Amino acid sequence: MDAKDIRLLIDTLADRIIAASDELTALDQAIGDGDHGINMKRGFEAAKAEAQAMAAGDLPAALHKLGMTLVMKIGGASGPLYGTLFMALAKAMPPDPDRAQLASALAGAIAAVKARGKSEVGQKTMLDVLDPVHRALAAGVDAEGIRSAAREAAKATIPLKATRGRASFLGERSIGHMDPGARSSEIMVGAVLDALEQRS
Amino acid sequence: MTSSNVGIVIVSHSKDVARGAAEMVRQMVGPEVPLAHCGGDPGGRLGTSVESIMAAIAEAWSEKGVAVLVDLGGAETNSEMAIEMLPADRRDRVVICNAPIVEGAVMAATESSAGSSLAAVRSTAEELYAGAVVP
Repeated sequence: MDAKDIRLLIDTLADRIIAASDELTALDQAIGDGDHGINMKRGFEAAKAEAQAMAAGDLPAALHKLGMTLVMKIGGASGPLYGTLFMALAKAMPPDPDRAQLASALAGAIAAVKARGKSEVGQKTMLDVLDPVHRALAAGVDAEGIRSAAREAAKATIPLKATRGRASFLGERSIGHMDPGARSSEIMVGAVLDALEQRS
Repeated sequence: MTSSNVGIVIVSHSKDVARGAAEMVRQMVGPEVPLAHCGGDPGGRLGTSVESIMAAIAEAWSEKGVAVLVDLGGAETNSEMAIEMLPADRRDRVVICNAPIVEGAVMAATESSAGSSLAAVRSTAEELYAGAVVP
């Protein structure tokens, strides 16, 4: 991936998250502390401001810097969680990964997020989107199939009861709302696929 | 300030809670324990900031280590992240105590002021939850 494509990737991720910040906040107001959209927006605005510098190195270097920026700027638990996701991806990824390398890097990153959040799939978190996306990626599903796996997975968090994170304070009352972290993960998956398709 | 005692760091979502808890520690335990506190996210709202936590750990640094007291979930996750980002020679000497933030900070500081080890400071703070009814 050259600097132009890395830039496109970071900008697309940032633009989509920033554009969705009100929606993420609304989801978080229902079952969390209502700061997910604001926090993510702050993190990705900082990422966008540094996108040019991030793109100066190779893809793993860019993902590492992106992760660090999110850790430092997001503030809520999403900061370390998304930061860990990108930093773990960076660690496991060659500069020009093929699908198999991407899938294996994502598997490692999901394991790192699980460790960071002390959480598992099925607890109404971002993992409930990332895990099926990884399975689709590993199984050779096309971009549209991965998008729809992410969309369906985010939707599937609605009937779940949260047992990790702030939403778990609500217990049964967390049922009936989409998890904001699952939604932001779905948005990021879409952004990555779009950026990969748009590159020259 | 001496740094022969274990340092105490208080990390709350709220700057006011962090400052208030630190004030209680200072008044009840005295000046001989390195103490730092932080609260608020990078935008100044309720939340926590890895950067501020790292700065607080540096401020309360002691060769004997630092015990960190946190409130809600994100404070713990961000503190764990901050600890991992410390230089390798410091990382292993910082622990997060599984204890209520205010009482834990006072108990930890009391133990520290007696010249105890990091492990003893942590275990004194964590006794508060041992056998207690935790929601």
